[in-house]
Amino acid sequence: MLKTPLYQDHLNLSARMIEFAGWEMPVLYSGILEETLAVRRHAGMFDISHMGRVRVEGQGATDFLQKVTSNNVATLKSSEAQYSLLPNEQGGVIDDIIVYREAEERYLVVINASNTEKDLTWLRLHLPETVSLTEITAEYAMIAVQGPEAPRLVEYVAGTPLTHLSRFQFLRTTLKGGDAYFCRTGYTGEDGFEIIVEADKISEVWTAFHDIGVAPCGLGSRDVLRVEAGYPLYGHEIDDTTSPVEASLMWVVKPAKGNFIGSSAIAKVKSEGASRKLMGFVTEGRNVPRQGYTILVNEKPRGIVTSGVFSPMKECGLGMAYVETEFAVAGQTISVDVRGRSIPAKLVPKKDLLVIAL
Amino acid sequence: MANVPDNLKYSKTHEWVSIEGEIATIGITDHAQEEMGDIVYLSLPDIGRTLAFDEQFGEVESVKAVSELFSPLTGEVIETNTAIGNTTEIVNEDPYGNGWLMKIKLSNPSEMTDLLDAASYTQFAEEGGH
Repeated sequence: MLKTPLYQDHLNLSARMIEFAGWEMPVLYSGILEETLAVRRHAGMFDISHMGRVRVEGQGATDFLQKVTSNNVATLKSSEAQYSLLPNEQGGVIDDIIVYREAEERYLVVINASNTEKDLTWLRLHLPETVSLTEITAEYAMIAVQGPEAPRLVEYVAGTPLTHLSRFQFLRTTLKGGDAYFCRTGYTGEDGFEIIVEADKISEVWTAFHDIGVAPCGLGSRDVLRVEAGYPLYGHEIDDTTSPVEASLMWVVKPAKGNFIGSSAIAKVKSEGASRKLMGFVTEGRNVPRQGYTILVNEKPRGIVTSGVFSPMKECGLGMAYVETEFAVAGQTISVDVRGRSIPAKLVPKKDLLVIAL
Repeated sequence: MANVPDNLKYSKTHEWVSIEGEIATIGITDHAQEEMGDIVYLSLPDIGRTLAFDEQFGEVESVKAVSELFSPLTGEVIETNTAIGNTTEIVNEDPYGNGWLMKIKLSNPSEMTDLLDAASYTQFAEEGGH
């Protein structure tokens, strides 16, 4: 199994380790709910070094990314990043990614750990001779520091002004003597930064955050936080067969930029309409509405849960589900079949999971 | 390392039993709560229900997974720990004390001899017993 450069730090903190996408990763340290609340109220940090990192550079790099990604790379200024998709020819999603533009023809792309090999194969298949693609996953490490206090704490550890950056802006600088990127992004619904730094410097950075009270958080709380925030996870809400139309990801699909791989297939689904739509839902009570549970409308199966958690913020179950389009309306009363029992629930927009009461 | 008090008896389904006369108090072990992680929901049996040895009597739902509860002894449910309510973290924090789950009136006390003592349960749990 693969180990991140923070592996020993996790063991020293008595983390419980699990296998994730071929990596040995911390699932929790103190407890999933406690870590979730630390991020919502204060600041927490996650080792996300397992995510794939790829440099794309050279004459034609922008045209190449315009062709293989769904969002419009041309709108990015240097030092700006964007969330995007790698669609396949059928209009499904190979991966969801973040594209960092460093210069006119120089990019850094961050991809999902579970898709790294698949993405690299796909990208190389379409790569022009003038563009180079270099995987730097092992050479760099990556952590996310998230929470209302995170920006101030990250700025303190960085020793350089950062809080002027807007969401999705980044700064490339040095940290503990190593090459580093500070990007105002995250996967928790909170403010904060994702930090990419040379692998041999990450332990020192992690310790610096730990010393000022940033809570180490595992994949367990990371999942609760992203579900509460309504963010999709590859393999749950999206995969090679889901359309961005049904996943409500058309905000990162920009047909106006011109043709890209999958653009006509996506346009077809958009004009014909999708048969199902990804929605958020909030349940009554404290049962966890887990992946694969059936969504019922008037006792009839009308959908399926893609991700579900117990929310420590709302003290109830909530999650995301694909629901037949006819019923996929905010406010729709539903129930979730929890091992044979119907638990009352309500559909809500994904982004409103934390704000809407049942 | 999980706490395994010497004065209790244990089942291979990770419940503990404390006997006073013909009444058995039952809960889940420290090892079980550690494995489950944060508990968020409990389903306990109705008072008056008769449980057979190894019969499912409820469910514990943690953030990570659902676990079934099995009665370590045969008897009638005379009390459940309603004080837990929504503060299910009590079961994580104090599994042998305020986190007890139910009391049953034993109908076949001889089953007690089939339960594990602390040393045997410790060994069973360390070997990853299921």
